[in-house]
Amino acid sequence: MITKAPRIVTSRVGLEDSFTLERYLATGGYEALRKALAMEPAEVAAEVNKASLLGRGGAGFPAGRKWSMLRQAPTRYLVVNGDESEPATFKDHMLIESDPHQIIEGTAIAAYATGADQAFIYCRGEFALGLERLQQACNEAYEHGALGADVLGAGYALDIVIHPGAGAYICGEETALLESLEGKRGFPRIKPPFFPAAFGLYGEPTVVNNVETMSNLPWIIANGAEAFTALGEGSSAGTRLFALSGRVVNPGWFEIEMSKTTFRDLIFDPSLGGGILGGRELRAFIPGGVSAPWFGPDQLDIGLDQDAVGKAGSMLGSGSVVVMDSDTCPVRAAWRIAQFFHRESCGQCTPCREGSGWIEKILHRLEQGLGREKDIDLVLDACDNISPGLLWPPKQTTICVLGPSIPSAVVSVAKMFRDDMLVHVKEGGCPFPADAVRRD
Amino acid sequence: MSHLSPDNRRRAEAIVACYPKARSALIPLCHLAQSQDGWLTPEAMEEIADLVDCTPAEVRGTATFYDMLHTEPVGRHVVNVCTNIACMLAGAYEVLDHAEATLGISVGQTTEDGEFTLEEGECLAGCDKAPCVQVNHRFFGPLDTEGLDRLIEDLRSGRLSGTVPPHGTLNRVDRRVGLPALAAKAAAAREAGAGEGSVQVKPGRVSGPPS
Repeated sequence: MITKAPRIVTSRVGLEDSFTLERYLATGGYEALRKALAMEPAEVAAEVNKASLLGRGGAGFPAGRKWSMLRQAPTRYLVVNGDESEPATFKDHMLIESDPHQIIEGTAIAAYATGADQAFIYCRGEFALGLERLQQACNEAYEHGALGADVLGAGYALDIVIHPGAGAYICGEETALLESLEGKRGFPRIKPPFFPAAFGLYGEPTVVNNVETMSNLPWIIANGAEAFTALGEGSSAGTRLFALSGRVVNPGWFEIEMSKTTFRDLIFDPSLGGGILGGRELRAFIPGGVSAPWFGPDQLDIGLDQDAVGKAGSMLGSGSVVVMDSDTCPVRAAWRIAQFFHRESCGQCTPCREGSGWIEKILHRLEQGLGREKDIDLVLDACDNISPGLLWPPKQTTICVLGPSIPSAVVSVAKMFRDDMLVHVKEGGCPFPADAVRRD
Repeated sequence: MSHLSPDNRRRAEAIVACYPKARSALIPLCHLAQSQDGWLTPEAMEEIADLVDCTPAEVRGTATFYDMLHTEPVGRHVVNVCTNIACMLAGAYEVLDHAEATLGISVGQTTEDGEFTLEEGECLAGCDKAPCVQVNHRFFGPLDTEGLDRLIEDLRSGRLSGTVPPHGTLNRVDRRVGLPALAAKAAAAREAGAGEGSVQVKPGRVSGPPS
């Protein structure tokens, strides 16, 4: 069902001047921050906790709970994760370019609630325009008095630094991001002890929240937690941005009320995805980023709900849905995903560094028609060495979750499309058309 | 003798002053040096090491981890064709093959005239415009092979010089604000090296690409 939910994070998107301070102020900008500053920090945190705002980065951990786990210390930091790099995810990119002031206001609210006096917005380096708009918005916010030594005259001091990344998927992992922000290689840290809430940036307690999570805060404070939980169902409250791509008529981002809308609506409704290109059949879709196990046509009626997708054996993850049609070679899709992980593995842990390369090689020869039947079990065995048992949620042999994310696509293709893999072996080649999209 | 120009040296010191620890400025300073030279030269890495209080080897060791930082010269236009899942499903490999043929180089190479370097990229978060291509980190898409030809032609002729600055130029908006109290605190915590001038952040502007 497609509901008439308000647009919480995209209300200004589409306006030509959506990124300017003038437009932001004319549409209620920085009023929520003013309201928050009139409350006690603990009250602001309690309101966000009540709103059941699940982190929008991928793990879906409740933002309010994350804040409550911060170690008590005189110096605390807030770091906003804008290093969006999960393949087929492009919602934060849009938010950063379209409404940077909303991110800055949300960041200021979160910093006040968590007692941080300095915040860093880590923006993916490839978003050159986004970095310019964020920095411009940051400059304007200072000039407006919404940041600085005395935020909106409330006696609270906050500094926000816009920090550019330099191209590394792993820096979206929060401890790798902190290493990168400290000027080092993006090597994830071992947890425990390096949970950011305990030992984060420069060893101080640190909250790391996603850009979309921050973008929700002004609305939640302005309208109250109850208005937010009135949308969605259960713990999946509010709206969420979904990034739809692949073989659909209308690829793009959509802000949708959580839980009520199904994958079928998202992919097929004319107001959303508009169906499969060329009227072909849907064969499979990835429900939440390439780290997620795939779904088939049988699972189209699952709601866009964190718990429901989890129960069905995958994850809503970063909210990116990739559609594969009857012309898509699933082996090739899994190979390209494995290649991505191989290239982006930071190299610290052997199972991920070596395993990703082996998996890529085996899938590549299978896809090229040069594989053997036993390669299918071999590639699954390599996956099993990274994530024993091939369970969901995956078991971990590595420092971070990049490694255990690799088997998702491979296991999916072996389970759902084993026959296709065998055809590649028997025919000595790929039976599917090349990648170019047929729009007939 | 500073490798960075006097203007960039001031900007570099202002960036260092934003952080509680100077080392945090390493990546932003690499971007700044790339915007000056088009790539990350050994001389720049030495100066960055000095600015953030580490060794040049640590700067190189960090920089080589990141795809955007080039420790060898690249062309004026770095063309990055995404072939990740969403772009692949929209025909990105055809675009990449065509780019190799049109430019007469393979992925990772630079044309003899120094105009173009071709890269194959991982997901650039432009999947609603798949297949998407970045030139010096400015987005173009969706592009088919003809669109790519037009893009290359426009870049060659300079028609896009307003939107696509030379390689290395990332953020054309300087931070012109700050919280002097915090910056001063951070500066005091560091040893001498960054003078008082580093607390003062020079007025910034939205500038066009350097001509």
